[in-house]
Amino acid sequence: MQACNNPLGTKPALQSLYEVVNSVMKEGFRQSMAWLHTWSGLVVGWVLFFVFVTGTAGYFTYEITRWMQPERPLQGTAPQYDQGRLATMALDRLEQVAPHAEFWSITLPHQSLGTRQLEDFSISWETMPLEGHEHGTRGSEKLDPATGGLRTDVEPRETGGGNLLYRMHYALHYIDYPIAFRIVGVCTMLMLLAIITGVITHKKIFKDFFTFRPGKGQRSWLDAHNVISVMALPFFLMITYSGLMFFYTDYMPAGIAAIYGTDDKAGERFFKELFGEHSHEAVSRPKAPVTEMIARAESAWGQGEVRSVLVMHDGGEEPFVDISRVYRDKLRWFKGDVMRFHAHTGAPLPPEEDDNAAVRTTQTLFALHEGRFAEPWLRWLYFVAGLLGCGMIGTGLVLWTVKRRKHHGASGAGIGNRLVEALNIATIAGLPAGVAAYFWANRLLPVEIADRASWEANFLFLLWGETLLYAFFRDTRKAWVELLGLAAAAFALLPVVNALTTDRHLGITLPAGDWVLAGFDLTMLGLGAAFAYMAVKVNRIWLKKAAAVETGNRALLAGGVA
Amino acid sequence: MPTFTDATLHRWLVASRVLAAAVGGYALTSAATVLLALIWPVPQAQAIVFAALMSFVLYAGVIIWVFAVKHLRTVWLGLTAATVLCSGLAWLLLPGGAP
Repeated sequence: MQACNNPLGTKPALQSLYEVVNSVMKEGFRQSMAWLHTWSGLVVGWVLFFVFVTGTAGYFTYEITRWMQPERPLQGTAPQYDQGRLATMALDRLEQVAPHAEFWSITLPHQSLGTRQLEDFSISWETMPLEGHEHGTRGSEKLDPATGGLRTDVEPRETGGGNLLYRMHYALHYIDYPIAFRIVGVCTMLMLLAIITGVITHKKIFKDFFTFRPGKGQRSWLDAHNVISVMALPFFLMITYSGLMFFYTDYMPAGIAAIYGTDDKAGERFFKELFGEHSHEAVSRPKAPVTEMIARAESAWGQGEVRSVLVMHDGGEEPFVDISRVYRDKLRWFKGDVMRFHAHTGAPLPPEEDDNAAVRTTQTLFALHEGRFAEPWLRWLYFVAGLLGCGMIGTGLVLWTVKRRKHHGASGAGIGNRLVEALNIATIAGLPAGVAAYFWANRLLPVEIADRASWEANFLFLLWGETLLYAFFRDTRKAWVELLGLAAAAFALLPVVNALTTDRHLGITLPAGDWVLAGFDLTMLGLGAAFAYMAVKVNRIWLKKAAAVETGNRALLAGGVA
Repeated sequence: MPTFTDATLHRWLVASRVLAAAVGGYALTSAATVLLALIWPVPQAQAIVFAALMSFVLYAGVIIWVFAVKHLRTVWLGLTAATVLCSGLAWLLLPGGAP
């Protein structure tokens, strides 16, 4: 090439050299990014799929827990109480059980958005720390709104509930917490990398978004992967980045270590400085009437709008009472309206200053991640976005095997491909079936069995492990169809199992208008239908292919014979 | 050389790059995060949070750079130089760091 021999040649030659180099560089860059995307996605794909499945379920933590405790009453509307009278009774109780406390907190019965359920009448406190201790001990009690005494409820069955599923998405299961969240951290970082490199690899991101060519094998899988990934791209970026920030002091500890030191108390010093914590003095019963403070708050916010009362005494300041309003669908939902009064004079005090920018930033990120502020429709959008995440990871994983199948043929694949294929089937079809098994176990395990909650979880992983073995030894195509069918049946039959074992089934929950319990059963039916659709679809495509191959073979055989 | 084929060489090169990205990249990101936390013009504890907020995108950027550069030597030299530079500056800025 002339341009190579003479780099300072004529201008057009230089121009063309530049163009060649540029395009090679660009293609090289895009190729290495594609490589990075493929491998960073593959090595953590299965863990991420698990994280997305359990995390998505986590958007309905409270709803799942309610379903898993069928002993609890059907959802009703919050009965109206005289909140002032309840607060007085609660203060009586607190004086008795926690005379030397750092704070007193009273939750009045109300419908909460934060927990999306009726919050019961309860008190909680923290005792003043003993000499040489950093913190006191915390306590809480549920109170009877009629008497102000301790409440005795029907004990619901022991269950991990939605909480255990939700916890798995960052703490996994059976693995020590400090190791588990670091594993999830590495996977999350690789996911961030896969997202960024995925976008870079993608030349025509906008055009491809509107492109779907079904029934074309690898091309269709790629299209599906693109469409799903781009559809919820902002959600994926948000969820990944905020997920990393939850553990920033552990994932990126260098800053704190270098500036605050590496001793045991370093983290505490950092957090004290960040949150600007005060020292506290022991609280005593407010001399001003709390009933009047509640009445003032109610006249400003409306009847039934008071959620809690907090009594506290910061060191060197006046003791105060905070009256908090029921949480609304604000992003930082836990920062609702508060009226602050002097505990002994009853005079209004200025409310606490808002947190600093850094704390507000992290709180906002965490709130976006957890979505606890989201009212039902937005919550469903979170759920759908989570499912799209499962779809993105699932199609990506399948794409890997489809590509290799094309290169090596169905039989020519080595043990590595076989393992990837089996892990794909077991994770994409088997894990959801395992989640269904978790719910089945909740209904079928004897109520009085020891370690009931951990057995529910054991069933999830037993079934998942079982499907992995099955997928490994069974013919790939059959395993896909059969395990998708298993997941379909496992979900679709759950409302039936529920009806046979409890009186909280659709026949009762629908007429009662309990949309939490009915919604759970209906969602299970929907998931069952979705898996059944996938099973039928996969079956049809592969049956067609198998038939085509068979005809081809026969023709070949016939040719051979002739 | 029959024992040292192109494929083996390629594997070692890839392994070296992965190591550079994961470990070298993390070292550089850590050093840069400390430096950022020291120069960010807000109270110290808040600066730590903002630096941590930047750190993950920085780490991703460094990894991408590691895989985009053509020569492995450039990768290791670049990572080392940048890490030394960031830690050196951080050490100068740390209270009680510089002599």
